[in-house]
Amino acid sequence: MMAEEKPLGRPLGRSMGEQAAAPIWMVLLSFAALLVAWQLGATLWPTRSFPPPLLVWQTFLGEMASGDLPYHLAITLWRVAASFLLAMIIGAAIGIFLGMHRRADQFFNPWLILFLNIPALVIIVLAYIWFGLNEAAAIGAVALNKIPNVAVTMREGARALDPRYAEMASVYRFGGFDRFRHILMPQLQPYIAAASRSGISLIWKIVLVVELMGRSNGVGFQINLFFQLFDVAAILAYTLAFVAVMLSIELMVVQPLERTSTRWRRRAA
Amino acid sequence: MNAHQHAGAAARLEVHVEQKSFSSATGERIDVLRDLHFDVPENRFACIFGPSGCGKTTILRILMGLDGDYGGSVRLPNWPDPRVGAVFQEPTLLPWRSVEQNIRLALPGHRKDANLDLLLEILGLDHLRSFYPGELSLGLARRVAIARALAIEPDVLLLDEPFVSLDQALAQQLRNLLLSVWSERPTTALMVTHDLDEAIMLSDRIIVLSPRPAKVVGVFDITVPRRERDEKARDDLRRSFRKQFLAPEPGS
Ligand SMILES: Nc1ncnc2c1ncn2[C@@H]1O[C@H](COP(=O)(O)OP(=O)(O)OP(=O)(O)O)[C@@H](O)[C@H]1O
Ligand SMILES: [Mg+2]
Repeated sequence: MMAEEKPLGRPLGRSMGEQAAAPIWMVLLSFAALLVAWQLGATLWPTRSFPPPLLVWQTFLGEMASGDLPYHLAITLWRVAASFLLAMIIGAAIGIFLGMHRRADQFFNPWLILFLNIPALVIIVLAYIWFGLNEAAAIGAVALNKIPNVAVTMREGARALDPRYAEMASVYRFGGFDRFRHILMPQLQPYIAAASRSGISLIWKIVLVVELMGRSNGVGFQINLFFQLFDVAAILAYTLAFVAVMLSIELMVVQPLERTSTRWRRRAA
Repeated sequence: MNAHQHAGAAARLEVHVEQKSFSSATGERIDVLRDLHFDVPENRFACIFGPSGCGKTTILRILMGLDGDYGGSVRLPNWPDPRVGAVFQEPTLLPWRSVEQNIRLALPGHRKDANLDLLLEILGLDHLRSFYPGELSLGLARRVAIARALAIEPDVLLLDEPFVSLDQALAQQLRNLLLSVWSERPTTALMVTHDLDEAIMLSDRIIVLSPRPAKVVGVFDITVPRRERDEKARDDLRRSFRKQFLAPEPGS
């Protein structure tokens, strides 16, 4: 009964950024080689400003035991999370609005280009001057740096929305929530994933600057402190710990999330 | 303009479009519909039959409430709250939802948990509930679109060439399926087609349109009951239809 039916072509392409990953032993080998090179360099050129890996490791253990590193790391992570959420929600709202309203888009596009090109540092300085050296200014400044990027990506997504799905939803009288969840979100999902990915990696770098300039805790603050003490081992210990945490978030949260929500695309042969 | 008419209580479908035009990208006005008037009696199946590009899809879009920019009025059964079962020219299923979810999402609130077993079984879809539309052939996707339109127990059924670009045998099979489900629970139905045989097989009424700007050339009512429309009856119908509206069939 189904024999005479021809298979339908795949309607959509693969999600972006798919690439064959290197085998795990390759990754480990690569890191090991870096460690050896580091050790070699530190032995050939012994100086306080270039500590060997072992010293960094010991500093790390010390900071862990004293509770300092976990405390500052947690504060920084909270700031990353707060500014990330803020930037995604506001940026997505702006981007989707502009993508759906051509006139508004034409009018506001120059603003977007302007904001995209203001250096992060300027936004941070102005935020602290205008709103004081407080938590809200810090998080707001980080978010503001990311919002234009998110808006541009989401505007692309909104422009790519297929009106036929919206029309189907209107004929079948989908409620507002159903439209959001079953029509809008699935179409925007690849764009949200792209914005999140580039968002996280931009935000966690800017957060350190914000902390360095106007906060009295967090990884950025600590790094500034150790800079004044010329304690390179501590700077490296904090940096590596922070990078490790951010990478595991990327590997264990962002990527699996992306995979589950595109399952319907992969299933077809 | 474009006011939906409120008077009257009949469960029939009425179309009175004085004019409908589009402006092209270069600013040119294209008249698509002009003085178009027809109706479909309650629980009858009608076909709109017209040449390609004459404005058939435009009529359905107006009836679906997707295009309000026209002069005239239309009235759907169960006005002012008609439930419309729509089958679009393409299946228009959500690729990210399974077959069953696609159907359930369209169900009105109070029927969200309705039992779909019988419908899916008749349409031969019961083993495909959890498949995604991307895993279906065009014929199966069309079937799901039809299932969705019927599942909501619509007040009116609007179908836009639902069997186009399928091979004849499959199209015929789907027409039979549509008929058998529709006959279980007849509703006022309007289907667009440019296949005369299809129109003769399915309809109680054929509404013949002119080329653009479309108006009604004539209405061809078929009183022979569907199950008595065998090979010969259909031949007769085709001949009298052609005599009335088209050049005679070559060789007859
Ligand atoms: N949004 C639009 N803007 C401009 N012109 C349009 C638009 N939609 C339809 N048209 C024009 O209106 C005419 C009728 O279109 P419509 O899709 O209703 O025809 P149709 O009878 O359904 O054709 P087909 O048999 O090919 O499906 C066409 O000439 C088309 O070019
Ligand atoms: Mg059409």
